Amino acid sequence: MRYSGFRILKEALTGHKGWGHAWRDPEPQASYDYIIIGGGGHGLATAYYLAKEFKQARIAVLEKGYLGGGNVGRNTTIIRSNYLLDGNEPFYEFSLKLWEGLEQDFNYNAMVSQRGIINLIHTDAARDAATRRGNAMILNGADAELLNRDQVRAMYPFLNFDNARFPIKGALMQRRGGTVRHDAVAWGYARGADGLGVDLIQNCEVTGMRIENGKILGVETSRGFIGAKKVGVAVAGSSSKVMAHAGMRLPMESHVLQAFVSEGLKPLIDGVMTFGAGHFYVSQSDKGGLVFGGDIDGYNSYAQRGNLPVVEDVIEGGMALMPMIGRARLLRTWGGIMDMSMDGSPIIDRTHIDGLYFNGGWCYGGFKATPASGWCFAHLLAKDEPHVTAKAYRFDRFLKGLMIDEKGQGAQPNLH
Amino acid sequence: MSQSNRISGGLIDRSQTLRFHFDGLPYLGHPGDTLASALLANGVRLMGRSFKYHRPRGPISAGSEEPNALVELRSGARQEPNTRATVAELFDGLTAQSQNRWPSLKFDALAINDRFNSFLTAGFYYKTFMWPASFWEKVYEPIIRRAAGLGSLTKLEDPDTYDKGFLHCDILIIGAGPAGLSAALTAGRSGARVILADEDFRMGGRLNAETFELGDQAGSAWADGAVAELSSLPNVRLMTRTTVAGAFDHGIYGAVERVSDHLIEPAPGKPRQTFWRIYSQRAILTGGATERPIAFENNDRPGIMLAGSLRAYANRWGVAVGDKTAIFTNNDDGLRTARDLQSKGVDVVAVIDSREGGELLPGIRHLRGAEVMGSAGRLGLSSITVRHADGKTEVIKATALGVSGGWNPNVNITSHHRSRPIWRDDIAAFVPGSGEIANLSVAGAAAGTLSTHGALVTGDEVARAALASLGLTATAANLPKAEDAPVRITPMWYVKGSNRAWIDSQNDVTVKDIKLAHQENFTSVEHLKRYTTLGMATDQGKTSNVLGLAVMAGLTGKSIPDTGTTVYRPPYTPVALGALGGRGRGQEFKPFRLTPSHKWAQEQGAVFVEVGYWLRTQWLPKAGETTWRDSVDREVLATRKSVGICDVTTLGKIDIQGTDAGAFLDKVYANTFSTLAVGKCRYGLMLREDGMVFDDGTTARMGQNEYVTTTTTANAVTVFRHLEFCRQVLWPDMDVQLISTTEAWAQFSVAGPNARKLLQKVVDQDISDAAFPYMGAGNITVGGLRARLFRISFSGELAYEIAVPTRYGDAMIRKLMEAGAEFDAVVYGTEALGVMRIEKGHVAGNELNGTSTALNMGLGKMVSRKKDSIGMVLSQREGMTRDDGLRLVGVKPVNPAAELKAGSHFLKTGVAAKAENDDGWLTSLVYSPHLGHYIALGYLKDGSNRIGEKMRAVNLLAGTDTEIEIVSPHFIDPEGERLRA
Amino acid sequence: MIIHHPILGPRDAQEFVYLGDASLIGRPDGLTASIEDFHNYTYLRDNPAGAHRELWYHEQGDRSWLVVTRNTVTHEILQVELARDVARAEGRSK
Repeated sequence: MRYSGFRILKEALTGHKGWGHAWRDPEPQASYDYIIIGGGGHGLATAYYLAKEFKQARIAVLEKGYLGGGNVGRNTTIIRSNYLLDGNEPFYEFSLKLWEGLEQDFNYNAMVSQRGIINLIHTDAARDAATRRGNAMILNGADAELLNRDQVRAMYPFLNFDNARFPIKGALMQRRGGTVRHDAVAWGYARGADGLGVDLIQNCEVTGMRIENGKILGVETSRGFIGAKKVGVAVAGSSSKVMAHAGMRLPMESHVLQAFVSEGLKPLIDGVMTFGAGHFYVSQSDKGGLVFGGDIDGYNSYAQRGNLPVVEDVIEGGMALMPMIGRARLLRTWGGIMDMSMDGSPIIDRTHIDGLYFNGGWCYGGFKATPASGWCFAHLLAKDEPHVTAKAYRFDRFLKGLMIDEKGQGAQPNLH
Repeated sequence: MSQSNRISGGLIDRSQTLRFHFDGLPYLGHPGDTLASALLANGVRLMGRSFKYHRPRGPISAGSEEPNALVELRSGARQEPNTRATVAELFDGLTAQSQNRWPSLKFDALAINDRFNSFLTAGFYYKTFMWPASFWEKVYEPIIRRAAGLGSLTKLEDPDTYDKGFLHCDILIIGAGPAGLSAALTAGRSGARVILADEDFRMGGRLNAETFELGDQAGSAWADGAVAELSSLPNVRLMTRTTVAGAFDHGIYGAVERVSDHLIEPAPGKPRQTFWRIYSQRAILTGGATERPIAFENNDRPGIMLAGSLRAYANRWGVAVGDKTAIFTNNDDGLRTARDLQSKGVDVVAVIDSREGGELLPGIRHLRGAEVMGSAGRLGLSSITVRHADGKTEVIKATALGVSGGWNPNVNITSHHRSRPIWRDDIAAFVPGSGEIANLSVAGAAAGTLSTHGALVTGDEVARAALASLGLTATAANLPKAEDAPVRITPMWYVKGSNRAWIDSQNDVTVKDIKLAHQENFTSVEHLKRYTTLGMATDQGKTSNVLGLAVMAGLTGKSIPDTGTTVYRPPYTPVALGALGGRGRGQEFKPFRLTPSHKWAQEQGAVFVEVGYWLRTQWLPKAGETTWRDSVDREVLATRKSVGICDVTTLGKIDIQGTDAGAFLDKVYANTFSTLAVGKCRYGLMLREDGMVFDDGTTARMGQNEYVTTTTTANAVTVFRHLEFCRQVLWPDMDVQLISTTEAWAQFSVAGPNARKLLQKVVDQDISDAAFPYMGAGNITVGGLRARLFRISFSGELAYEIAVPTRYGDAMIRKLMEAGAEFDAVVYGTEALGVMRIEKGHVAGNELNGTSTALNMGLGKMVSRKKDSIGMVLSQREGMTRDDGLRLVGVKPVNPAAELKAGSHFLKTGVAAKAENDDGWLTSLVYSPHLGHYIALGYLKDGSNRIGEKMRAVNLLAGTDTEIEIVSPHFIDPEGERLRA
Repeated sequence: MIIHHPILGPRDAQEFVYLGDASLIGRPDGLTASIEDFHNYTYLRDNPAGAHRELWYHEQGDRSWLVVTRNTVTHEILQVELARDVARAEGRSK
């Protein structure tokens, strides 16, 4: 069913009787051409593009819980393509361009809103680094601007300009950055994929992989064996657990990243702001809540919850940046589990097992990557070759010394 | 100004009258009132507007679960949005205003949304606002953003302070109702260190809101007695106005104490709130239960509230919410409200009891098997429509309606570790799952034991068990007799056939929305929440979640537990960000580290710069200098001409001693130190295990088994940590000891042709070139004071670094300047330091960026392959050893007058500005007063083979494109003659 | 979190710095091991959901490196040892 202005009008006047299921709840078939493990944003996007752009069929998405229940449902909704390195920037810019056309493409209002993102600058060295980054962005076809202190002040006069421990000296801005209604991304892709014949199978946990002679034959699940010609894994946060079914050890650790939302407030902050010196970033949702976060807790965890030191550290950063938020209240905190990779960048690659493909290692940056990740993974699954923007995201980059390390922290996941 | 709805009794102090304003109008109340109870006493039921439809809203509760009566409390910089009037303690002079309405609470223009409710269904926005494509951001979203939100912030800095505190206890008891007081008495009498925290300003919980007795006392009097006994025990800490907000790992709880929120402003020196981290051996949750409504058509009018809250207003606050009151219930607790109100003289016009049988209330119109079908009243309830058991309907005039759909145990904190509560049919509610939070037990209503007797008994039992597990013995309890009424409930969630029956009255989620979610297959509880926004409001669904779940269960035909459970997340109730931020604001956000010469530099008028937590002298202006470049150029030229002094204390310093010290250094540095002669320094390159350069600096061998290593300022802490890892974990049997001496030594660089002459005046030993050659190091004395001297240079000049114990640092800078006067010695800051190191071609932070190899820096030969060292093997990977990889180069503008910008990228002449033509970037840039033009360092692909090439430095951010020449990174004295002078 | 330091008793985890999997104790010898050996050591992790042996450093304390065995699902700490003792037990010396 296509959503349209006419349809809304008609349904409103007839008691909304006509809206059907956003997606079906099919029983799993005995086998598929493609099985995507993971019904989060990346898995659903992969299935959607596999069917729509690469014209493949007989596709199933297996989700152990409910659709969109992973990190696509528990992030801080930011989109941007302000990356530095050659391996990353073309991919994230591709993703941002897909965001820009996404709602018309899948006929679902995911509230893609390009209200701009700024990264605050506090030192001359940071300005040099921002200049390098901004130039790299423009060289890759993205947009970037360097703002001085007065320009930042004009945008956000209530920041702490006059009594700050780390005075604001400017900002790197990407006007095309912004936010998206995260759940709607999962639902839009799910509805789109379902409409293209993809079977979305919820409450179906993969418990094993059937691999013979170096080739995958299918997956064992809580709902029985399901055969597949190709299996794509997109379960960021649980990647090591799922890939252990194939006997693989991955270059990553699972970490908890907490996120925070305040009570609803009248408009304060139009765009997205990051305060690197204070480990704090913030935007305001359309509903009015300040959505913010900071560093990961820093220890391996699958608990989907964190501890007080990071809660206090993040909010201290917020208060240092914006001392006017003291009387707003924290409404809710939650935690997501990140695949923290060894260089802070993701992997979209084949494995040594024929027919088994992997997508993961997104660290805390997976949400903004969702469309391109789905597209590139579908490309790899359908054509057996990497998409041009994702060709650096290989497993063997660590063996070859071709890391994509934006932060320059090396092989310590909790520092990325 | 009359308190028209005030009735007798209650726990308010009628001897004092408090004045307050709401929406500009003056009212009176009493100590012990909340803002909500005082407004209700004054006949004000309308206190807010709902989020989406802007429907009129009054309080539905008398506690922290309140979703409706949200106001902006106080004014000016202290204005706080979304304050629940039901928990805001009244004080003299309080001002509050309604929010999320325009132009006024009684006439709200956006109430027009309610007329369009058939369009604004659950998730309507996902299906629309897409045409034309550009209109979402330009038109629709800005309108939505303006309309959304609840209260407002003033954007003024919060004038109050907040503290953080740490408490330790054997047993933390959360909630001071009958169960909590009982537990606290048992635990406190045993001698255990007990903390009893309650969010209310008066301990006692529901005992303060009920009429029944404990023993021969009123419940509130018994609570007062218990509190009095507890406060007499030195091992018990009572914390009122303290909300335990979250359960964290290993017995740690976060709690916020509202120290001053009941005052017009904090007393001098007092914080507004304190955020406590409570470390407990055991914790007991006695957080009580929260009543839930029954949904029916138009059940959201001001005057309709939870029956137990109606009762609380009457019993605790002496307030009759309406002159004619009706009750709608599916359980016996609703009958208790009717009885209490009637005994207070309130006109109870009808009790609508959805159950067919059971007790018949005497003297009250008790309609069994009946339902409330709907309500009327524009800004507050005026009547309800009742459907009798026989199907006939009747309109009954009522200005207050108490609704009781049963009580939900407050399981919230027990699910903070993501465990799921379990369903109990007998009380039609979820109770805590067991054991998911280690060392937390639950008692009383929070555990599903809903009678007062049960609360007292289970509180005592759970405390006994906790004491026993701690090895403590409890004394015999002396529990009073208390009511022990059984829970009699026939679940009834919503009146069949209703549509616009509110489940979540803040977010305007109705039965109709849940039906639509079901129709569209958003049936999993998480989808339901996210699609309809049920339970996402400021109350986190305390009164609505279970109801919504039950409605969905009814639609799917599954049981409630099969439909799902709700998981509450911290905090229990919203916590002011200021409290979580504490004192770390403004200049106090992070500590300052000051160098030993800071005071002297300050006296001289130095300009400081943040380097991590350090403040360093950036430059030191002299009279007549108008720009920073004037000062920096002077400092550089004076140093190169004669002598300059720089405080380099911030560099990390590590003493490394032991018979294996040399061997240890060989492991952790890419180059070799075991062969270094005693009394000499060597530059070292430290790699990470992944082969990238981690840090650099000089290491001096002060004795056979004694080295002094320096690190960069930025990596002082991480290098030391890494060395301890190597020492303790990788080579645990090496005889080597480490100590960080960064703070122990004040260290100054003395550089320039006259450096030796200056220092010779200061030190006691001969430091002639013969006695103290280039790269020499040794222990010396300065006027008899022990000191260290290193002949090392970062500037390219003849230079030394001299270190004295930190407490002599201030004296040392004064001594050096005094001795240097005859040489016109200057102090140079970090800017001049940067100029001179780039003139000399030394790498620093912008080049040591964590993604550079020794090869990139032109230092590939330093990585010895004759020995094992950290990073040696992985530095040999193919991607890191390409001949045409990045190399450090020098850069100068072809036109000497041209300016450059760090962060510019290198492109060949004539190529398009595209990523595939990107050849590298300019890392560090300075103006060289020595050379009279800008010079720079950069990383360039195949750079060492491109010396002399002319290309472009492009800064697309500023639109500049400058012709440059690639040169050697050593701009001055490439042969090092000055160094060795 | 609270870490029961073998020497100092219970300490808030905030005093510590986390490194990662205790498999980092087993560093290969650079003169004999291959790039692939070092790759596996440096980059690959079991990353279990459950008991995890991991390295913590008592930076704001006595500078001990500890091996903490902690459940990554519940955060329950099962054992805390001095990393030096563990390293020696695993055969590390000079």
